Amino acid sequence: MTRKDLIQRDREWHPPAYAHDYKSSVTRSPRYALLSLDNSESELSGPTFGHSDIDPLDNNLIRNYAKDGDAIGERIIVHGRVLDENARPVPNALVEIWQANAGGRYRHKKDTYLAPIDPNFGGCGRTLTDENGRYAFHTVKPGAYPWRNWVNNWRPAHIHFSVFGTAFAQRLITQMYFEGDPLIAKCPIVKSIPDQRAIDQLVAALDLNETVPLDSIAYKFDIVLRGHRSTFFENRPEGN
Amino acid sequence: MVQSLNYLKETASQTAGPYVHIGLAPGAAGFDIYANELGRDITGPTAKGDRITVTGTVSDGTGAPVKDVLIEVWQANADGVYPGEGHVEDGFRGFGRAIPDFDSGVFTFETIKPGAVAASNGKPMAPHINLWLVARGINVGLNTRMYFGDETEANAADPVLGLIEQVHRRDTLIARPDGSTYHFDICLQGDAETVFFDI
Repeated sequence: MTRKDLIQRDREWHPPAYAHDYKSSVTRSPRYALLSLDNSESELSGPTFGHSDIDPLDNNLIRNYAKDGDAIGERIIVHGRVLDENARPVPNALVEIWQANAGGRYRHKKDTYLAPIDPNFGGCGRTLTDENGRYAFHTVKPGAYPWRNWVNNWRPAHIHFSVFGTAFAQRLITQMYFEGDPLIAKCPIVKSIPDQRAIDQLVAALDLNETVPLDSIAYKFDIVLRGHRSTFFENRPEGN
Repeated sequence: MVQSLNYLKETASQTAGPYVHIGLAPGAAGFDIYANELGRDITGPTAKGDRITVTGTVSDGTGAPVKDVLIEVWQANADGVYPGEGHVEDGFRGFGRAIPDFDSGVFTFETIKPGAVAASNGKPMAPHINLWLVARGINVGLNTRMYFGDETEANAADPVLGLIEQVHRRDTLIARPDGSTYHFDICLQGDAETVFFDI
């Protein structure tokens, strides 16, 4: 099968592997240069997921781990589109998220923060984008939490996002932040990204058009995956 | 000013952090939530080919095991066909997620040995498994490949291994066979650093 190569990843836009102020990157960053590869089928193919893989409730974090009531916290909808760099929607993309609860505590055996676990909140969700690349989650707004970097570091409220495109080389994990959070500008993980415009792209906007009145507030977060190159004159059997 | 090219910029990567398991492997985080946790079965029951086990550790620049890493696996079937690119056996996903034991840092996954896949120039690449590593401290997921130590001839002709200028560094991508088990240790940093790719 002939496929178009992907647009080269802009490594000056992404954070560098070694970001001095994010301390755990110091020993976990390669020292040698990455080896650049032409795209082969190994990179241009990728796993696919279907509706049989997931449950319809998987995108509702208020209900998907509920035991005796809803999760506690600010009820929010996080929605948006998955697009490629050519602004084309990416349909049927698996979007997985995970987050802390409203108090900043994760349901993970390694998290020992003193804020309590919410018995009705798991903290993970997943969904597939529709034919227009749209996705949506119901959840509660996560709290900020402290972490051991400098003595007094606090992560801004964030939701972790994991996204698949059609190619394994589009694989992306990132974090979504919330408009107006004063911790964003203080965070060494955020500031591992050198370009402020790239940081701004990670900040979800309050979206009053998508709120559910008297129920949930909404934030909009669009995600852009690598696009395929448009090669007019390369000698390939498929059209442009 | 010139015209705008109007391309969007790719969303910037951020580390997966220490609790990546909650989202991608909640069972490992300590709770069951999904009826079907993705990435547990790479091959399905009817896949052709040699059944193999891959095991190893990921170590940091000090030599310590990285116990909170999550590794994604992407591979072709025994005929060298990726799911979605041609016929594969029912249930063959080619995709998996491997998580180390939180105490020892040893990861293990069960799969089949893949067949050769063509490179971009049409020539065959030696059998290999594509790996993607994310963890706390890793800002952009790291891509690498695992080749097989008992494929000496194919490895010697592999166009990707051939791109590695320092010949001794090619060995960092080659797993050591031991019966049906392949040992593959990944080193994030230092003299023995694994070769990572910008794909």
